[in-house]
Amino acid sequence: MAVPAVAFVARKLLVLAVTLFAASLAVFFSRFLVPGDPARFLLRGRSPNPESLAEITRQFGLDKPAWEQYWTWVGGILQGDWGRSLSYRQDVSEVLLGRLPTTLQLVALAAVFIMVLGLLAGIAASLNRGFADRFILIALTAAGAVPPFVAAIALVAVFSVGLGWFPSFGSGDGGLDRIWHLTLPALALGLSYIAVLARVTRSSMREQMLREHVEVATSRGLGRGSVVARHVLRNALGPILTVSGVLVAGLLVSSAVIERAFGLSGIGQLLIQSIDRLDFAVVQAIVMVVVTAFVVVNTCVDLIQPLLDPRITAGTENR
Amino acid sequence: MTTLTFQLPQAGLRRYGSLLSPLAWIALAFLAAVVLLALLAPVLAPFDPDYVDLNNVLAGPGAQHLLGTDALGRDLLSRLMHGGRTSLLAPAAVVLGSTALGLLLGLAAGWSGGWAGRILGRIFDLLFSFPALLVAMLAVALFGKGLVAPILAMTVAYVPYVARLTQSLAAAERARPYVQAYRVLGFRTPWVVLCRVVPNLLPVVGAQSTLNFGYVLADLAALSFIGLGVQPPTSDWGAMIEESRGALLGGHALPAFWPALAVVLVVVAVNVLGEELSERIGGGLR
Repeated sequence: MAVPAVAFVARKLLVLAVTLFAASLAVFFSRFLVPGDPARFLLRGRSPNPESLAEITRQFGLDKPAWEQYWTWVGGILQGDWGRSLSYRQDVSEVLLGRLPTTLQLVALAAVFIMVLGLLAGIAASLNRGFADRFILIALTAAGAVPPFVAAIALVAVFSVGLGWFPSFGSGDGGLDRIWHLTLPALALGLSYIAVLARVTRSSMREQMLREHVEVATSRGLGRGSVVARHVLRNALGPILTVSGVLVAGLLVSSAVIERAFGLSGIGQLLIQSIDRLDFAVVQAIVMVVVTAFVVVNTCVDLIQPLLDPRITAGTENR
Repeated sequence: MTTLTFQLPQAGLRRYGSLLSPLAWIALAFLAAVVLLALLAPVLAPFDPDYVDLNNVLAGPGAQHLLGTDALGRDLLSRLMHGGRTSLLAPAAVVLGSTALGLLLGLAAGWSGGWAGRILGRIFDLLFSFPALLVAMLAVALFGKGLVAPILAMTVAYVPYVARLTQSLAAAERARPYVQAYRVLGFRTPWVVLCRVVPNLLPVVGAQSTLNFGYVLADLAALSFIGLGVQPPTSDWGAMIEESRGALLGGHALPAFWPALAVVLVVVAVNVLGEELSERIGGGLR
């Protein structure tokens, strides 16, 4: 029992390491796709005088072979040295750490909305037949087709310009004010994902309801609530969890658009600003952070799966 | 004696009528109308989309400007029609490119199987860990603003969606009797794959690509919305929404509403169509 479990975890971690290594290669060597002098590429939009060219060459080790540059970069990242930002004249890690809390709070709040509203809508749709189910499904299809930036505009139009309930700009002063400021952004960010999660929950619940053990539980006279909670929902959690992982990872990317729309200074906004200001060291670092978060979250989901459904262990992953 | 009965396929147009549900027909008609309006924009649009009329800013819908004007007095209907050209053409290019590439790579992986297939599968998995919008943003950071770099980047980012599907379909198809029969009869593998297997895969892959179109359209519009895609004054739905934010905060919602509505309706129509297709295929056409 213990050996396959260890092998399962080890295999997942190995895949994670290989994926991260390959991703770092892709992110680092993407710069080499740009034709021409790399020093001039890194200094775009600034006056390339001899001193700055020499400085950038030294900083990025451009006179060294490509592989050595790569190892220096990866080694630096692992030790917390992420390079230096040209536009902020600060260490990239410092700039990033200052912006990280806003993004994490936004993503966390959106994740709460997604889990609560998505699960509730999905369960409600699966328990109702006919008109109510149909109505929820149509609403979900419509909500699922609204891209986050359109949702942002619509929410601002209704709830801050129209009703004046929520602010449309900035992230507030922490505490409740922060949550008040982040409510609209988090809803805009989560809306289409709520629809996805609700639909997966609905179909997964429906699938379980048709199974024999649920019929047995019902025929033994267990209450409907207990049947749904303990026999249907618990078994339906597998696909729900998988989708949730993918969604939460996707939130980090969409959050860039939302942070821009609501003027929040998180790492997504920083990414857009750095692309604008041609600050490639920051862009590279943020892309790497987002990809890492994406891959790590997905690996965590894979690792939690067997706890929910012990049938999934080493070798039997592909049920 | 037993009597054999055949059910003949319905003849003519009626067959197409039963092919799609009424809802899917509406979606298809809507998409066709939108594409037509965008294609014929230079002929049909009532105004020059970039014509600034500062005496007539933020006008409501009326006889002269059917949908009203934006903060610079530009005709919204004309901008919407012209904007449809970039907003629809760019995702179409991405979907065509990623479908072709994905089919090719997926067939190579699924047909060869073995270690080559496994390695290709790993590469697809790796590509999955790069969200498309992020790849597009990285491409802009490398090659500058505009749509060319994001289109190429998103083509690559969407390849695994098609390739993974094709791989599993091709592996299953390879084991089917008709393929064995062609092989026994001495037909060459490339011919069998391209002329007999690919047509069987196309409906399923087409359904996936249709759904992809909606995602790509939303992502590219978002890219223009954050100012990294289509650059002003070129009209594009995402860029139009970005330009209208000032007016929106001032209480004028219409300039942002029309392009937002266009994006949402097109994505809904594409999703309805894509889901219908995949249900039909799963439901018995094969």
